[in-house]
This record gives sequence, C-alpha cells and structure tokens, in this order.
Amino acid sequence: MALLDVTNLSIRFGGLLAVDDFELHIEKGELYGLIGPNGAGKTTVFNMLTGVYKPTTGIIKLDGKDITGHKTTEINKDGIARTFQNIRLFDQMSVIDNVKVGLHNHYKYSSISGILKLPGSRRVEKEIDEKAMELLGVFGMQNVRDELSTNLPYGQQRKLEIARALATEPKLLLLDEPAAGMNPNETKELMDTIAFIREKFGITILLIEHDMKLVSGICEKLTVLNFGRILAQGATKEVLSNPEVIKAYLGNE
Amino acid sequence: MNFLNYLISGISLGAVYAIIALGYTMVYGIANMLNFAHGDFIMVGSYIIYVLVSNQGMNPIAALLISIVCCAGIGVLTEKVAYKPLRNAKSRLAVLITAIGVSYFLENGALLIFGSNTKAFPSIVNWSGVTLFGGQVKIQGTTIVTILASVIILVVLQWFVHKTKEGQAMLAVAENYGTATLMGVNVNHTISITFLIGSGLAAIAGALMCSAYPSLTPYTGAMPGIKAFVAAVLGGIGSIPGAMIGGILLGVIENLSKAYISSQLSDAIVFSILIIVLLVKPTGILGKKVQVKV
Amino acid sequence: MSKTKTLSKTGRDHLITYGMVIIIYIVVEILLHAGLINNQMQGLLVPVCYYSVCAVALNLCVGILGELSLGHAGFMCVGAFASAIWSYQMQSTSMPAGLRFFIAFLIGIAAAMIIGVIIGIPVLRLNGDYLAIVTLAFGEIIKNLNSALFLGIDSKGIHLSLKSAIYLNLEDGVDPIVNGAQGIAGTPRDANFTIAVIVLLISLFIVQNLIDSRDGRAIMAIRDNRIAAEATGINVTKYKMLAFVISAGIAGAAGVLYSHNISTLVSQSQYFGYNVSILILVYVVLGGIGNMRGSVIATAILYILPELLRGLNKYRMFVYSIVLIVMMLLNWAPAAVMFRKKLFARFRKNEGTAEGGRKNGTA
Repeated sequence: MALLDVTNLSIRFGGLLAVDDFELHIEKGELYGLIGPNGAGKTTVFNMLTGVYKPTTGIIKLDGKDITGHKTTEINKDGIARTFQNIRLFDQMSVIDNVKVGLHNHYKYSSISGILKLPGSRRVEKEIDEKAMELLGVFGMQNVRDELSTNLPYGQQRKLEIARALATEPKLLLLDEPAAGMNPNETKELMDTIAFIREKFGITILLIEHDMKLVSGICEKLTVLNFGRILAQGATKEVLSNPEVIKAYLGNE
Repeated sequence: MNFLNYLISGISLGAVYAIIALGYTMVYGIANMLNFAHGDFIMVGSYIIYVLVSNQGMNPIAALLISIVCCAGIGVLTEKVAYKPLRNAKSRLAVLITAIGVSYFLENGALLIFGSNTKAFPSIVNWSGVTLFGGQVKIQGTTIVTILASVIILVVLQWFVHKTKEGQAMLAVAENYGTATLMGVNVNHTISITFLIGSGLAAIAGALMCSAYPSLTPYTGAMPGIKAFVAAVLGGIGSIPGAMIGGILLGVIENLSKAYISSQLSDAIVFSILIIVLLVKPTGILGKKVQVKV
Repeated sequence: MSKTKTLSKTGRDHLITYGMVIIIYIVVEILLHAGLINNQMQGLLVPVCYYSVCAVALNLCVGILGELSLGHAGFMCVGAFASAIWSYQMQSTSMPAGLRFFIAFLIGIAAAMIIGVIIGIPVLRLNGDYLAIVTLAFGEIIKNLNSALFLGIDSKGIHLSLKSAIYLNLEDGVDPIVNGAQGIAGTPRDANFTIAVIVLLISLFIVQNLIDSRDGRAIMAIRDNRIAAEATGINVTKYKMLAFVISAGIAGAAGVLYSHNISTLVSQSQYFGYNVSILILVYVVLGGIGNMRGSVIATAILYILPELLRGLNKYRMFVYSIVLIVMMLLNWAPAAVMFRKKLFARFRKNEGTAEGGRKNGTA
C-alpha cells in the first residue's frame, strides 16, 4: 500500500481551476519530485496536502487513512511536515527553540508543571534539549544554537526549516524548493543532506524543485505539472526523456 | 413622533462621527497607523473658534475657516515631527505610543492655556431650524447643517480620491507602500496631504459637534475620537463610504439606546454592536478581505 | 558545555529580575523606617506594584502572544470588583483577614480569567488592529456595566440589577454592596507594600517560567509565524487562549490589589477606562516589548515621574507628554537607532585600539 494516495484532487479559486484532477502515489521510503514551470500549481498542491487550502474535489490518504479536509495542525499530527518556498521560521526565537517547537507534540508536560518548573518539566526539558541538539547536529548547526534564527545566513535558514519539520517526526516530508536561492556548492551539500536524512530517519520525501540537476540527481520518481494538470508521471529517467516534458518544461528555460 | 426626533438627532450625531471617522480611516489606510491623537484635533479646532468668536468677536464662518487651516497645519506638522521618523520603526507600536504622547500633549497644552473649566462654545449656525407635523417634530438648524455638511464632504472626498492625481496617489500608497514608491509616487507628500485633510475635517467636526453640544473642555475630543475610530472599524477601515455608514449607524444606535434603553449603558451598547459586526464580518461592513499568501 | 551555559544564562536573567525587585523592596523598607519617604510617595508604592503586575500581564499578551490588547484595565476592573464584593461581604464574619484576602485573590483572578475566556473566544479570531479595537470595546463595556451594576446579598441569595437599588428587592435592613456609579464603599484595606511586592514577584515567576516552557515556545511560535506554527502541529487557538487567559488572570490579581488599597471602589473612566489600558501599554512599550523586567522598571519610573515633576506644578503633565514623545523617538526611530549603533561601534573600536595600543606598549 502506498504511503500517500492522492486521487482526483482539484481546486478552484473563483473561476480559475488552479489544479485539475491531480493524482499522486508515493511508496514508503521514496524520494519523489514534483516539477513544473512557474505557476503550474505545485505549491498549491502542497497547500492542499497540508490543509492550508481545502480542495474542491479529491481524496488524500496517508498510510491508508483519509486525511482530506483535516486542518493544518491535525495534518502535521497525522504525519506530514513541510517547509515553505518563502522561508517561514520563528524569526524572533533562537535556532534551537525553532527545533524545540517542532518537538512540541512528542515531548509533553502540563502547563502547571511548566509554570512552576516542577521536576517533571525539568526532566522533559532536558530530553527536549538533547533531542534538539541531535537534530541540529544532523545539519552541523550546533554552534549556532543560540543565534536568533532571523540572523542566520540563507542556506542555514533553509536547513533549519528542514530540521524543524523533521522534529515533528513526520512519515512524509514535503520540501518546497529547498535549493531556491542557493549556489551550486550549497545545492550539492543540500542534496547530500537530503539523501542522508532519508537514510537516517527512514523517511519518505516529496520535493518541489526548479533545479533540474537536484531533481535528476536524487529523485527516483517524478510528476510533472503544467497549467494545473499532470503532464507526465513515472520514473525519473523516463519522465525527463518524455518529449512533451522537454517541450513544456525544459524548452521554456 | 418622539422617535423621529431621536432618530434625526442620532443621524446628526452620527454625521459628526462620520466626519471624524473619515479622517481616521484615511490616515489609517494611507499611513497605516492608529492615530490616537486624531480626536484631540476636534478640541483644538473648537478652542480656536472659541477664542476667535467669543474673545475677538470674529464672524463664525471666518473663524471656522481659520480653524480648519490651523488644524490642517498642526496635523501636517505633527506628522512630520512625531510620526514620520517612526515610519519604519521595528514595531508598529512605537508610532501608536507616540500618537498617545501627542494626544497627551494637545490635551495638557489646552489645559495650560484654557484651564479645566468648561467653556460655552458659540454656535456657528445661526438658524433655528424647521418644525414639521404641526410642531411635533423640530429639527435644529445645526442638525440640518451637520447632516448636509457630512454628505457634501463624503461626495467631495470620493471625487478627490477617485478623480484627482493626488487621490490616485493616496490609493496607490494605501494599496502598497513599497510599490507606490517604486512607481514614483511621492509618499511623503501623499501622507502630508492625508494628514492635512484628516485634521481639517476634524476641525469641521469639532465646530459642528460643539454647536450642537456647546460645552468645551480639553477632553472634549477624546471620547468622540474613540467612537469615530469604532465607526471607522465598523464600516471597514480604509473605506470612505464605510466610515460614513459606520458613523451614522453608531450615532443613531447611541441616541436611540440613550432614549429607550438606558443612558448609562448606551456606550456599552454601541461597543457591543461593533463586536457583533466584527464577529459576523471580521473586516467591517465594507472592508476588504485580505488573503495571506503561503 | 555551551548548553549548561545558556541554561544558566536565562536562569540568571530571571534571578536578576527577582533580585532587582527584592533589593528595591528592601531599600524602600529601610527608607520607610528611617522616615525618609513622604506620605505622598508612600501612597504610590502599592499602585506602582499593581500597575507593574498589570504591565507584566499586558506584556505577556503584547510581547509574547503578539496581540495588541487595549482592554487590560477591564480585567483589572473585573478582578477589583469580584474580590471587593467578597471582602466586603466577609468582613463582618470572623474569618481572619489574611485568609479572607488570600481567597479574595483567588476570586479576583478566577473572575478575570472567566471573563478572559468569554472575551477571548470571539476576540482571538480577529487579527491585528481589529483585535485591538475589540479589546478596547470590551474594556469599555466592562467598565460601563460595572458602573451601572447594583448588587446585594441577603438570606435569599444574590440580587442583581442594572437599573437601581430598588429593583434588588433586598430584605429589610440589608444594604446593597455595589451601588451603581457609587460603586463599593467600605471594603477592607488589606493590601500593603509587602503583599503587593509578593504578588509582583509571583506574577514575574509565572510569566517568565511560562515563556521558558514548552507552552511558551508554542505561544511565541504563533506570534512569529502563525502559518508555520500550524504546519508544525501547534494548536493555535489553544495556545492563544492560554496566553490570553493567563494574562487576564494576572491583570485580575492587579485589580485585587487595587480594590484592597482603597476604601471606595468606583468604575469610572479615570480608573478603568481605555486610557488606563493605554497608559499600561505605554509602560510595556517603553520597557521593551517582551521584556518583563523592563516593564517593571518602566512602570516604576513613569508612574513616579509625574510625582517628581510636581515642582513644575501645572506644567507636569505637559512636560510628561513631551518626555514621552522624545523617548519614543530616541528609542525607536530607525535614524536614532542607527546613530546609537554607530556611536556604540565607534566607542568600542576606540576601546579596542586603546587596548591594542596598550598591548603593543607592554610588548
């Protein structure tokens, strides 16, 4: 059974059919790419998968469970975490606190215990701190733990967003243009990191990308979206050699 | 027939709120700030008229014109000195607090000059009004003038905003500050014009309000200022017709609840209306819905 | 290594705040015993504390939750009246004053929190300035209703009216407790400086610990980026409500101190109107948004300042307004901030070269 099963997904904004009859099936452990020209509706798909937008039609199933229409918060608890195209960090909080927010639903203690700093809360806080440091370690960011996240360089902000998403222990991780604005070196490093976290956390990843190199380098399967419709779908090599795709997507570049 | 009397005086009170609210809503829409000192310009304008008419014996209309010019000038000056330096401050609260400082400044300045004693304001309308239905309904001259003034101001403002170059610039700044600058709109100039109009309108509102309720103290403008702010939000902040609708609605509700429910609770009723409207329509009656882009 | 360092860093920061309050308390007590504080200043001690408590509460709402409330005086009003009704009713019984006052706090805080929930449900759905104006509206409604409230208690229970005392239908010989615009006269004056300082310390303890906790992080995450907080699995409504209600409860505690520091409690604009809420907001912003210690310091200075300006007589509030505007411009104007940074940088550079020079000299 697929981890993510999306059938007949579409959304209408006023008169505009932004995404039409979208299908997606991702197996556990896959690294899947969603590509397409600007305005093709990729981020809109992400927003529907994460409950930011309510789809007009269609069913989204995660691990066999119907999550269509769930609110964003619930969907995170269901097991989907994401990053954003325009980075959305908790600007005025430290780097480590950003990750700790991600751990919120997995390390709990009561409000009263926290307000009174009871031993129970101190113990859990210690675990939270250790876990957050471990996650920062994956991205080599332990040394900036107390920086304000808004002060980080761009590349590290992108990584921190991924670390925060991973902290919520998702089954499926959605990355919205993770390499946007990065130079070739940073992109290379990011590719390695994405491959590494897939191995380490045994996680399934769906990513939106413009950078063809990144996509062809690490994704096993692709879906190409154009004008809100699926243009091609399948193994990376086949999709990228599909003449339709070359015409619509690569031809435009 | 009593009802009609209350209704008409409510509309008149609402018209005053509307004129103040127009200034509030324009400043909010264009400078993106809650100008808590706006209501105090009512008081400043009224004191100017009081001095000119009661002490100098000037013609009320001439005094009104001078008052408008003075208030407009003070408004522009306030913006330049106190608000403009904070336009790009890290927190929007900074300019809000400064506006509160300006409000204290104006109120206490008036207190220093005129003392805390109530002054009897000389009416600027010399017309006793009309009686209808064989004397059952009496409409004061001030009431008629106030309502007419608010309608004229609304029409002129709508024309100004939609048909003149200055007005178009205002709409552009209100829509997007950054883009307007890139398109070559002189933002400083546009904001000055906004304060000029808003403060001038406050002077008119002050003259009309004090003609109807002729007791003037340094705190005369504070509560009507807040009510007008509520009216602006009620109508949909940033919307000129909205401010008008909100103002009239507020005045009518306030007057009718004073007459029929309880004069003590009328303010509570007015504020409850605001809450109910915002619950149904979170951006006010004519407000635009804003969608956050993800 | 760095972990223990930062843990003790926030911990130390909190200790400085508590220490500051305690040291000021001790100094003031010594001055009081030495007779160095005049009556007028003595009268300001408890008010400074309850406005500080309210400023801390408002800062939780504005600085940590990130929502502008202009109605916190309303929560103070609720706390003040609810607790005063209790204390008034119980002062004729044999209950010890200490216990009575303690329960008064519980009642005042609970009442403010309940009103906080009732207001929070509609208000927290709104955004930004709309939320601000609605809190202002609620504050005014509370003040208004309280000034029209008549309340009495007899053997049949509690009687309420919004019209006049006659409608209460109280038994003979029973007087109403709350008398409309005249409010409550004759509440016991249980509050004193020591208790007020303790309440302030407890408020600081609660708010600072909350900020450091799991809940606090969730609240600040919502403040910084609501959409990201949702996507990270934070229940936005729950945590907004939590912060708002705790904030209301603490403001209610300030109200309890207020009503037990005076003998006649009335619900008028100058005590509980929007201008009082705004006054407290001024303390919060000048003390630093999100900075609890700053709120306490700013409240103390700004509350006492007009008294210190008493020598200026009728000019004092005028001068105060100018001080306020100038402080805001110097603190917040980007130009002033840049200038300060440059000055600071140059100062540091000079220091650095001076040090380097010295080193060279010795070498």
